[in-house]
Amino acid sequence: MNRRIFLKKSFLLNSGFWLGRKYALAGSNAKAKVVIAQNPAVVNRHQVQSDQLLALLDKAMQAYFDCDNPLQAWQKVVQPDEVIGLKVNCLSGTGSTHRELVDAVVERLKEAGIKPYNIIIWDRLNKDLEECKFQIRSRGRQVKCFGNDLAGFHPRLQVFGQAGSLVSRIVTDYCDGIINLPVLRDHSIAGISVALKNMFGAIHNPNKYHLNTGDPYIADVNAFPVFRKKIRLTIVDALEAQYHGGPAFQPQWRWPFAGLIVGQDRVAIDCIAWQIIEEKRKQKGLPPLKQENREPHYIITAGDTEHRLGFVHKEKIETIYL
Amino acid sequence: MKSYIDSLPNKKQKFTRRQFLTAAGSACIMLGLPALPFPKGSSLKAAGNDQRFVREARFYEKLSHKQVRCKLCPRECVIDDHERGYCGVRENRGGTYYTLVYARPCTYHLDPIEKKPLFHFLPGSMAFSIATAGCNLNCKFCQNWQISQVTPEQVDSYYLPPDKIAEMAGDYRAQSIAYTYSEPTIFYEYMFDTAMAGRQKDVKSVVITAGFIEKEPLKELCKVVDAIKVDLKAFRQKYYSEIVRGELKPVLEAMQTIVEQGTWLEIVYLVVPTLNDSEKEIRDLSQFVKEFLGAEVPIHFTRFYPQYLLKNLPPTPVSTLERCKAIADAEGLKYVYIGNVPGHSAENTYCPDCGQLLVARTGFLIREMNIVNDKCPKCGTRIPGIWK
Ligand code: SF4
Repeated sequence: MNRRIFLKKSFLLNSGFWLGRKYALAGSNAKAKVVIAQNPAVVNRHQVQSDQLLALLDKAMQAYFDCDNPLQAWQKVVQPDEVIGLKVNCLSGTGSTHRELVDAVVERLKEAGIKPYNIIIWDRLNKDLEECKFQIRSRGRQVKCFGNDLAGFHPRLQVFGQAGSLVSRIVTDYCDGIINLPVLRDHSIAGISVALKNMFGAIHNPNKYHLNTGDPYIADVNAFPVFRKKIRLTIVDALEAQYHGGPAFQPQWRWPFAGLIVGQDRVAIDCIAWQIIEEKRKQKGLPPLKQENREPHYIITAGDTEHRLGFVHKEKIETIYL
Repeated sequence: MKSYIDSLPNKKQKFTRRQFLTAAGSACIMLGLPALPFPKGSSLKAAGNDQRFVREARFYEKLSHKQVRCKLCPRECVIDDHERGYCGVRENRGGTYYTLVYARPCTYHLDPIEKKPLFHFLPGSMAFSIATAGCNLNCKFCQNWQISQVTPEQVDSYYLPPDKIAEMAGDYRAQSIAYTYSEPTIFYEYMFDTAMAGRQKDVKSVVITAGFIEKEPLKELCKVVDAIKVDLKAFRQKYYSEIVRGELKPVLEAMQTIVEQGTWLEIVYLVVPTLNDSEKEIRDLSQFVKEFLGAEVPIHFTRFYPQYLLKNLPPTPVSTLERCKAIADAEGLKYVYIGNVPGHSAENTYCPDCGQLLVARTGFLIREMNIVNDKCPKCGTRIPGIWK
């Protein structure tokens, strides 16, 4: 029985936002699904309500995987005994992936049979994680948490297009699968920094790829085979989002979106995220990103025939609102 | 993969420190010098987040909302709080910009000056050579990318403050300190202070750079160093955009500044088959050097070997290098060399007036040194350079 209760909203499709271009899979029948789940009660005066968040996550996962309960949904993402990495984004202190979201994901992963010690919460540096109140732990039977600086990088250079990088051993050696937990925010150079750009935290040289608003570098990095193979799911932390002045934490440009964006197509997710940020900017009287010369064109590139990382065409993205 | 948990390393895994210069090692042995001043595992090895390496940057401006604009190189990165610039070694912390590589070399070595190459600078002398992690370019053919294209946390490093470097250079009878291997512009503050410390001990300083640096810091630098070798990557912006990720014009301007400041300049041009070796480009380059820098500025056409991200091209044919030299000679440049081809006659210095052999070289070794009082012993022509 399908017990999803949701509305399909169409503002994204009708807004004239979508760009014309040769799209990778425009001719096929496949579609990307993106779930946007919101609940104003999930954030109260900047405090995330853990119980509400867990319920919201469950709803989003069930809707995305069309399941009757959250366990079934998570079992479609992971297998017991796998090692699963949670790629958080801890670059902007208070504006980083919420600890409460990570805890909720960990809880459901454990229920799906993943041993606590086979879960790795990770980002670039131990220091970044500690600043976000994560406790560094690389041994023992509890959930692990450490940065690339502890794990190191695999010595084989990954090359695609204009990008050549070493990838964290957390991705190459330690994990069977990755769950991507980026935040919804503006980026002063790349336009937005959400699902695709979060992988910059998995390579040794992200500082080299901010030229030309990250285009095509962000798409190129995501096209490394190891990322294609291992990233299982993206859950965007959109509890509190930022529409300007990112990636640094700028409270004056943040708003409580009070939601999660869930999907497996990182390109489609970024298209949606881009749209949400543009709409918010417009609402706040700010110019479109294009006018500030930081339109995130890398998202379109990621969907082109060379990269084939996902869908950018409006007809190819099914957006589900909860 | 399942049992990875207990096999996690205690120690940070890093790149193996690069084994620089076998030839220099041999030279050190011949000179009775240790190849490395410290034994392996020296206690000087530094920890990852050591505050001793952090100094406020010299050239930047503060912007609103805790952003900064770096003014050290023409990239002029605008950097948000917590973020780093393109070079990866400078970080915005709360609206103040810091270098993270002060006194933090990831490698040091004793090299023949000919390896830099500087051919008109104390021939046969040794240069105490240091580098930190990082670079403000990303050349697809970089031979040192394991240190140049990484952040300081990703390589082993040492704590060696400027005084210590000057002392070590003196101890090992190096006549100069060379800032080299990666891109010294990005460790500017450390280089500058080390050059000052070297001067106090009568040790010269030479900078091996791509010349992608702003005018003001370069002018300051010229006051404390003795020679600069610029790696001019090409004479076309297209190449700089696609292969180097930089800009040609600021490099040309930097070379003019070096000459204007009276600092000794030599140019290296890595000839990459099909990409920067056309007759027109080499001719344009030669004319630029002659007109704007002077016919006496040495230029070295060096051989490319496939490396890093540029492995689909063959090594440069020697005939191509010879053609480049012939063009530059014909345009009137007086000291045109061929590099990375040991034993080639174009490694030697000849008097541009009478053709007398002045310095005979094989690889990094000096076989003959015939310059007397900065002049050709046969015709008395003054030979530009720093000879003693
Ligand atoms: S020195 Fe580094 S931070 Fe400064 S402008 Fe150049 S690349 Fe950017």
